Amino acid sequence: MSAAPEEDISAGRGEPLVVLEGVNKWFGDLHVLQDINVTVNRGEVVVVIGPSGSGKSTLCRAINRLETIDRGAITLDGKPLPQEGKELANLRAEVGMVFQSFNLFAHKTIRENVTLGPIKVRKMSKAKADAKAAELLDRVGIGHQADKYPAQLSGGQQQRVAIARALAMEPKVMLFDEPTSALDPEMIKEVLDVMVDLAEQGMTMIVVTHEMGFARTAADRVLFMADGAVVEENTPEEFFTNPQSERAKDFLGKILKH
Amino acid sequence: MNVVLDNAGDIALAFIYTLSLFVVAGVLSLIFGALLAAARVGPVAVLRKAAAVYVMLIRNTPLLIVIIFFRFAGPKIGLTFGFVDIRVADIRLNNLYAACAVGLIVYTSSFVCEALRSGINAVPLGQAEAARAIGLPFGGVMSQVIMPQAMRHALPPLASVQIALLKNTTVCGALGVFEAFARMRGLTNDFASARTEIFLAFALIFVVLVEVLSFVAYRLERRWRIA
Ligand SMILES: Nc1ncnc2c1ncn2[C@@H]1O[C@H](COP(=O)(O)OP(=O)(O)O)[C@@H](O)[C@H]1O
Ligand SMILES: [Mg+2]
Repeated sequence: MSAAPEEDISAGRGEPLVVLEGVNKWFGDLHVLQDINVTVNRGEVVVVIGPSGSGKSTLCRAINRLETIDRGAITLDGKPLPQEGKELANLRAEVGMVFQSFNLFAHKTIRENVTLGPIKVRKMSKAKADAKAAELLDRVGIGHQADKYPAQLSGGQQQRVAIARALAMEPKVMLFDEPTSALDPEMIKEVLDVMVDLAEQGMTMIVVTHEMGFARTAADRVLFMADGAVVEENTPEEFFTNPQSERAKDFLGKILKH
Repeated sequence: MNVVLDNAGDIALAFIYTLSLFVVAGVLSLIFGALLAAARVGPVAVLRKAAAVYVMLIRNTPLLIVIIFFRFAGPKIGLTFGFVDIRVADIRLNNLYAACAVGLIVYTSSFVCEALRSGINAVPLGQAEAARAIGLPFGGVMSQVIMPQAMRHALPPLASVQIALLKNTTVCGALGVFEAFARMRGLTNDFASARTEIFLAFALIFVVLVEVLSFVAYRLERRWRIA
């Protein structure tokens, strides 16, 4: 983990980057997102925490339009999310996403996983994309395994490649949906280290995670979600030591036990 | 065996027709079948419906009828394929050949589509989501991520479809293309006393060709096995 980013990704720090206003979504009768109002500023790291089924994944997926919303508005860098087609694809390229289950392209090598987006979406030359991939893979500590296939790597390594793949698109914001939940305990740290690095370099991040260590070191803010609503919003220190709502107290009591 | 050897040249020529029909229809049915499968899983409702109807209609129609359609009904609606007339040495690819090839393509594509669709269903949903998340449009998601993996999953059924196609080319013999089956019938008429050996020789060549195909499919399966 070395190599400083070539450009200042934290330029304009503090301005609103991702804004959700009155966002509502239903799955049939289930009101999964209830009147969500959230602003994430440039350079900010926001951790989303909450019980399973509270709508955290749906929130992430709505931000890069893998899910549609029924009411409200989401804007990225001042622009509303487009509905369909090329424009939507372009928007997705600006939002990096890291999934719980890695989702590396199984039939492509590690290098090809990282270069596919730059070549096909950003129309970068193969040579340039390869160079960029090499740099990013070095940065996440996988540089020497670029010719392997995803299944030949451990879960922690795969997740670091997934982070490099998302970074290759030079996104404005990175979404992480429980990036360490599918990992064996000894691999969690290597992924979190990469994420902390990224946060320190000024990347705007929305991270769904129950890793309190990460929240305390890297997060500017914690959002606590329950039953589709944002119930509490606070600094990590305040949230973990002095939760306000009953739901949050109850939830923290449960995860602190183990 | 003499009859077979004496006519080896004609037999070889016949199998060149057979194989050329197979290659042309094989490649084009893979391409057209892949487009149909993409339509069936795509975001455009009209295309989804149209592809489903196509598959239902064609898959349920006997091959002979499909080819007869292009051979006899086609010209009545302007589909004469008159523009096709290719000569390479002793081989002549004319409008009859084209009508038969198109019939084979149309018919085989519906099976390719269904084999691929089962392959697509075997690709985990997360693959498509990750592809969309890096900004690939639908076409890119399909061609870069889903289809290559679906092909691997669908290889065994696709191999069966292509083997069936190789044998189905014999139907064209009944309609004027001088491929293997037509040549065999010609020979058995001319050399009635040597019928058995002629049958055996043609059957043997088909067995060998199918074995070669199976071997290729097997090798691809091993090479493409998702690590
Ligand atoms: N595609 C879907 N169709 C119907 N219900 C869904 C779908 N995806 C998620 N849900 C439901 O929406 C709720 C919120 O899910 P999710 O956002 O995954 O929660 P979390 O990530 O916080 O565990 C859950 O009750 C889940 O069962
Ligand atoms: Mg979730």
